[in-house]
Amino acid sequence: MIGNQYKAIVIGGSAGSFQVINKILSSLPRDFELPIVMCLHRLRHVRNGFVEALNIKSNIEIREPLDKESIKKNCIYLSPANYHLGIDIGNTFTLSTDELINNSRPSIDILLQTAAYVYRQKLVGILLSGANRDGALGMQKIAEKGGLTVIQDPKECLIDTMPSAALKVTPIDHILNTDSIIEFLLNLDRSVKSVITT
Amino acid sequence: MIQEIEIAQLRSLTDLIKTRFNYDFGNYAMSSFKRRIQRIIELYKFSSFDALVEKITTCDKKYFQDFISEITVNVTEMFRDPTFWVELRENILPNLLLDNQTISIWHAGCSSGEEVYSMAITLHELDCLDKVRIVASDVDMAILQKARDGAYSLKNMELNAKNYERAKGTLSIDKYYKEQNGKAMMDKSLVKDVIFREHNLVSDVSFGKFDLILCRNVMIYFNQSLQNNVLKVFHESLFKNSYLVVGSKESLIWCEIANKFSVVNNEEKVYKKTKE
Repeated sequence: MIGNQYKAIVIGGSAGSFQVINKILSSLPRDFELPIVMCLHRLRHVRNGFVEALNIKSNIEIREPLDKESIKKNCIYLSPANYHLGIDIGNTFTLSTDELINNSRPSIDILLQTAAYVYRQKLVGILLSGANRDGALGMQKIAEKGGLTVIQDPKECLIDTMPSAALKVTPIDHILNTDSIIEFLLNLDRSVKSVITT
Repeated sequence: MIQEIEIAQLRSLTDLIKTRFNYDFGNYAMSSFKRRIQRIIELYKFSSFDALVEKITTCDKKYFQDFISEITVNVTEMFRDPTFWVELRENILPNLLLDNQTISIWHAGCSSGEEVYSMAITLHELDCLDKVRIVASDVDMAILQKARDGAYSLKNMELNAKNYERAKGTLSIDKYYKEQNGKAMMDKSLVKDVIFREHNLVSDVSFGKFDLILCRNVMIYFNQSLQNNVLKVFHESLFKNSYLVVGSKESLIWCEIANKFSVVNNEEKVYKKTKE
């Protein structure tokens, strides 16, 4: 059973991922069990509007976490503008204003690497469409710690640089199109719930 | 690619630093601190984590000061979060000046000084710069000198100008600096009365009373227990009914001392000390 294997899901996305994310979010049930933490490249100096736009389609309210906030089940989080979002031991969020990485703040690599360190083999990492190489080293770290790696099929991506970069540096467990990513997440949720009820 | 640093290794490094130099990094937020150390290893081209430890074991005070400068995060911009500066200009400062002839402001963790110049510009435009005593502090002496110098990269001025406009600055930011040797040299008269001083939030105590303390995006680098201690210092350093401002994604909710503050503006993270 894969259900009790996982504790959290992290998703990275950049150019061309907005529609994909929207479709995924609108397909998840309101009681989706595992916490999802998303790092999506966004305008650095526009603090408001993005999370509101994502919430229009999502069944679960997405929030931008505060520093030191605990990560909870059945919640979806989005990295805030102009901060790096990471996860620290003790299952809490940690923010920083360090230098840009891959020309980005938030950086997908930071979220994925810190999450891999905390959750180790109990993490699922999903990397979507994007025009740079952010997230590749993060996916490599997830694989190294024994977590599960998923990329959006480069053939389906609006811009495939990001998932292809990950594919070059690390083995990827699943290469899926949007519909299959949704199916994968729904299956994962079912098995998580079956473990809880039995 | 160097090998991943483990927490036990970081602990031994913070212990060593504490013993040798009396700086305590033991309560820094772990993942950020680890990233800073990794950055130093790459920047200084150490062959391994142990090579860094060896260097810290034998290095002199001057080298250690450079190390401190690299560990502390000094990435900032003028008028960061413009909506906060609007709140400051339209509400916080007018309120304070209504009740007091003179007021005092502490920039805790002022880094390279962008926030201090932003404050001085705002006060100047409210025509009250001479009524305000400003103290700006940081743990890193080299960065304090940068703050005093007020020489910023021209590249950043584009963003600073945009922020200034969004912050409802009434003039043009060009009025406040001159281009010189490829740098934006800030008008020094803005900070002629500012006291720049070394202060370590981790270990130093309160050194005065203030009407407004700004400590934005500094405590994100501390763990919860250290945040609790720093907030005690701030509480002690504030007059009753005076203001504390933290970063837009920071919160006092989880702090022991939260019940002695009330929320003035939750979006901009402005708090007021309500109890002694």
